[in-house]
Amino acid sequence: MNEEKGAPVSAAERQMWTTWVRERAVRSLPPEKLLPDRQPAYVSSWIYVFGVATIAALIVIVVSGMVLGLKGPTWWHISSLGRFFNSIHLWAVELFFFAMVVHLWGKFFMAAWRGGRARTWVTGAIAFLVAIGAAFTGYLSQQNFDSQWIASEGKDGLNSVGIGAFFNVANFGQMYTFHVILLPVVVVALVVWHVLLVRRHGVVPPYPARVKAAAASPPAAGEGGLS
Amino acid sequence: MSAGGGAIAPVVPTVFAALFDLSDPARYLHWHFFQMSVANVVVILLMIAVFVAAILIPFPKRERTP
Repeated sequence: MNEEKGAPVSAAERQMWTTWVRERAVRSLPPEKLLPDRQPAYVSSWIYVFGVATIAALIVIVVSGMVLGLKGPTWWHISSLGRFFNSIHLWAVELFFFAMVVHLWGKFFMAAWRGGRARTWVTGAIAFLVAIGAAFTGYLSQQNFDSQWIASEGKDGLNSVGIGAFFNVANFGQMYTFHVILLPVVVVALVVWHVLLVRRHGVVPPYPARVKAAAASPPAAGEGGLS
Repeated sequence: MSAGGGAIAPVVPTVFAALFDLSDPARYLHWHFFQMSVANVVVILLMIAVFVAAILIPFPKRERTP
């Protein structure tokens, strides 16, 4: 490995996959884009805080879920501290979806897929859909009459669309595995990908203002001024 | 909710229990094809209110050092 900063990479080093990955990563997402210290002026609006609010809720969900998973169903049903963490987990999920829906509405009405941001939009939409599955399997993992009721009501619907054999809501072990491992990993991976795409392409600018005067200059095509 | 120490502590769960009765079946709004629990309607109305407020309320400006 070439340790000297700025030194040319030799032909042998260029054949290494680590060199290829590093150069490609730095080229597509340089450090000043990955961790910027300034944002465009139009980001100074409350509508832009709901994305990070969603991520904050997701962190609380993951941490409280880890505690619940370590302590087990008896703890979260019987002890006062367990019920407290169970409530923290539930209400963090409520805030997660609340903030995510407001974030989704904001991005939809400003057509956030403009300017080469289609993948940012699609990863966000898929993360939303997978999060619904994660929440559904969470209701099935409560280990109470509510989860039994939801399982008995949900199995007919899933059987009717042909996925009951692969996604059996009456199988607690399968639903619990989906809830604590598979779906959280997918949601977190999609959120990380989503944020990296936002860093790479920037926050979508607002629609250009309609200029009625014929003599007015056309709206700038760039990202707007810096705050 | 378990009551803690102090004379005022049992009041809190009593008030919340009066506001949010989780023992009875959920109340539903039903109008032609539309059927939704009151809780879900309240959440959706809150999301719309927060969305409108987020657009209308000005974001606080930060003092910038030269």
